[in-house]
Amino acid sequence: MNTRESSTSAPQPELPLEETPLSVYDLTVAYHRKPVIWDVSFKIPPGKLVGIVGPNGAGKSTLIKAIMELIPKASGRVQIFGKPYQKNRQRVGYVPQRESVDWDFPVDALDVVTMGLYKEIGWCLPVRKKHRDLAMDALERVGIADYARRQISQLSGGQQQRTFLARALVQNADLYLMDEPFAAVDAATEKAIVQILQEMKEAGKTALVIHHDLQTVPEYFDYVILLNMRVIDHGLTADVFTPENLQKTYGGRLTLLEEATETMRRREQSL
Amino acid sequence: MRPFFLVFLFASFVPQTLVIAAGGSREAQAQQSITDRSISIPEWSDWKRVLFLQDYNTRIVVLGTTLLGMSAGMIGSFALLRKRALMGDALSHATLPGIAIAFIVATSLGLDGKTLPILLVGAALSGLLGIATILLVRNLTRLKEDAALGIVLSVFFGAGIALLGIVQQMKTGHAAGLESFIYGKTASMVASDAWLIGSAGMICVLISVLLFKELTLLCFDEGFAVSRGFPVVFLDMILMGLVVIVTIIGLQAVGLILMISLLVIPPAAARFWTEKMVNMTIVAIVLGALSGMIGSAMSAVFPNLPSGAMIVLVATAMFLFSMIFGIPRGILIRKLRRYELNTKINRQHLLRGIYEYLETRGLLNEKQTLESLPVPVETLNQMRSWSLPALKKIVKRAERERLVETIHEDQLQLTEAGLKEAIRLVHEHRLWELYLITYADVAPSKVDQDADAIEHVLEPEVISELESLLIQQSTMGVIQSPHAIEIDQKQTNPQNPRSQGLT
Repeated sequence: MNTRESSTSAPQPELPLEETPLSVYDLTVAYHRKPVIWDVSFKIPPGKLVGIVGPNGAGKSTLIKAIMELIPKASGRVQIFGKPYQKNRQRVGYVPQRESVDWDFPVDALDVVTMGLYKEIGWCLPVRKKHRDLAMDALERVGIADYARRQISQLSGGQQQRTFLARALVQNADLYLMDEPFAAVDAATEKAIVQILQEMKEAGKTALVIHHDLQTVPEYFDYVILLNMRVIDHGLTADVFTPENLQKTYGGRLTLLEEATETMRRREQSL
Repeated sequence: MRPFFLVFLFASFVPQTLVIAAGGSREAQAQQSITDRSISIPEWSDWKRVLFLQDYNTRIVVLGTTLLGMSAGMIGSFALLRKRALMGDALSHATLPGIAIAFIVATSLGLDGKTLPILLVGAALSGLLGIATILLVRNLTRLKEDAALGIVLSVFFGAGIALLGIVQQMKTGHAAGLESFIYGKTASMVASDAWLIGSAGMICVLISVLLFKELTLLCFDEGFAVSRGFPVVFLDMILMGLVVIVTIIGLQAVGLILMISLLVIPPAAARFWTEKMVNMTIVAIVLGALSGMIGSAMSAVFPNLPSGAMIVLVATAMFLFSMIFGIPRGILIRKLRRYELNTKINRQHLLRGIYEYLETRGLLNEKQTLESLPVPVETLNQMRSWSLPALKKIVKRAERERLVETIHEDQLQLTEAGLKEAIRLVHEHRLWELYLITYADVAPSKVDQDADAIEHVLEPEVISELESLLIQQSTMGVIQSPHAIEIDQKQTNPQNPRSQGLT
């Protein structure tokens, strides 16, 4: 880490909080008293594509869910453009894991995408044509407009993933949180998602993406967060995505820490 | 739906009308105990009275249960998609002690213990207590939800039965009739009850229509709903509240043991007919209404049978019909689609077989006319593991589709359209083979079967992707087979250079 190149390691000017898409301070999350992520702190600069990388069980999904308050925090603070999540959720788009829903549900792709607009449509009011048009545009952008009227179980895995992406796009957020959008998708979908990410970046938007394929990390992301229960390192991909750091993230398992938390959990349960 | 409804009604007519006999006096039967299940054969006048809604009470009962069925169909759709159906069952069983206690309290206060609103308030309270107990057991212990459901369901129901025993001993009021809440008995329904049931049901339908998109989102993707700032816990409570109301108002007509069926069966049947949420709720409403209507009418004809059982039987008949004949998700249509796919695969194998036969003999150059290219059926039969009768059937179908013609007894030839189709199929098959060899490291000797397994379901966009991946030159002819084609053992084609290299 002490070998950072001078061109990129020039001290970044401290941005005002309102312009920092996401700042996380000392975030700790525990499932059943067993900590999943510990003391996680980082900031994301605007207009960047950020990859979160780490082994299975490193707490990547947990981190995203905790940011959006889908699961309770044990401690710590999260700010979206300088405000708590509830105040700024309008500016956050969420792409959950594909496995998180029952795809046999009786809706078609267009219905799923319009769900991204339910908040704007308002309580008790029906979906109108202009909302369907917006949803259609989003489907067009991800390249599956032809499948808009297909029941969602009849879409391929990649098309399902693109449907979820379109549902987040339609909201026109400034910060996107994506939980493994590249997991088990076909080449065409991967290309389409990368394309969309680039477009987002050009429009000055920020995306935080959980990613598994280490080979494509330098190609897809400007900025990387290496996570294994705690943040190993974060920063520009060129600086941070090094063999030593990857070794630390994937290789050196925190056996003692794991053992300690496991003991804590067992003691909790025996009480 | 309508024609089916009529058919069902007629089907239920026939056996009885054939063996019409004198039934006993109806008034006497009405006084009999709920446990008396003897069926007397209804007379025509009974049928007429019910079918044409001649007497006031029948009209009231049928109207009430129809509205009940509608609301159950609507709310049940959401409960089913939210996977809360069993919660509804535990809830309805948990109402029994409340009914008994409401009766005891009301009678001791000098009120008429059998007034429906009083009993239903008791039922609702103890039902909610049951749900609260389930949540408590689940959250405080490490028992799973199904265990919690089972415990609460049986304990509350047992307590209710015990309390009913106590009620029987009481000197203050005549408790006969409380048991009808267990199995359902529409005979005790009066006009005000029907109004109560109908209006409460319609309010439930109205609420769920207003919250249609919010409830749909809750059922489909709870996490996303939370992230967008929807009050998911509140919505969940509304949905549970609607289930409670529908269950409570259904107790009298359907009974607490069978109430769950009216919530689950119509939506489950509706799912066979549609892939859209709106349509599913509409069909569920219609099926629920028909179940309530026909079921209660039947129980008016057979007054000794619990109306709950009748309603469930009608709903089940509709469910079975939907399960088998439903389009697009019924069993029959799916079998049919599978059959069509198999037919398509056979046809493709036939055309590809003919093509490969001609190709290996070098017969496919420009000068040849189709008429001069006969293919012996026997050879085709050896190429694939078909039986001769099966092949004959496949050939017959292909002839009807004008893809091949039989020239002699055992000789085939392609038609113009058949050749075109064959070229396309072979092209796609070989693209796929090449892809498997190049990218998936499949052995060339095995690639034929592997490609075979997938190619029949390829979509056009995959084909074009394969093409751009594998074909550099712009000539869009048929590419050569990457492996030797075995027409029969004696004649492997020495002119295929790639086959030499690869096998």
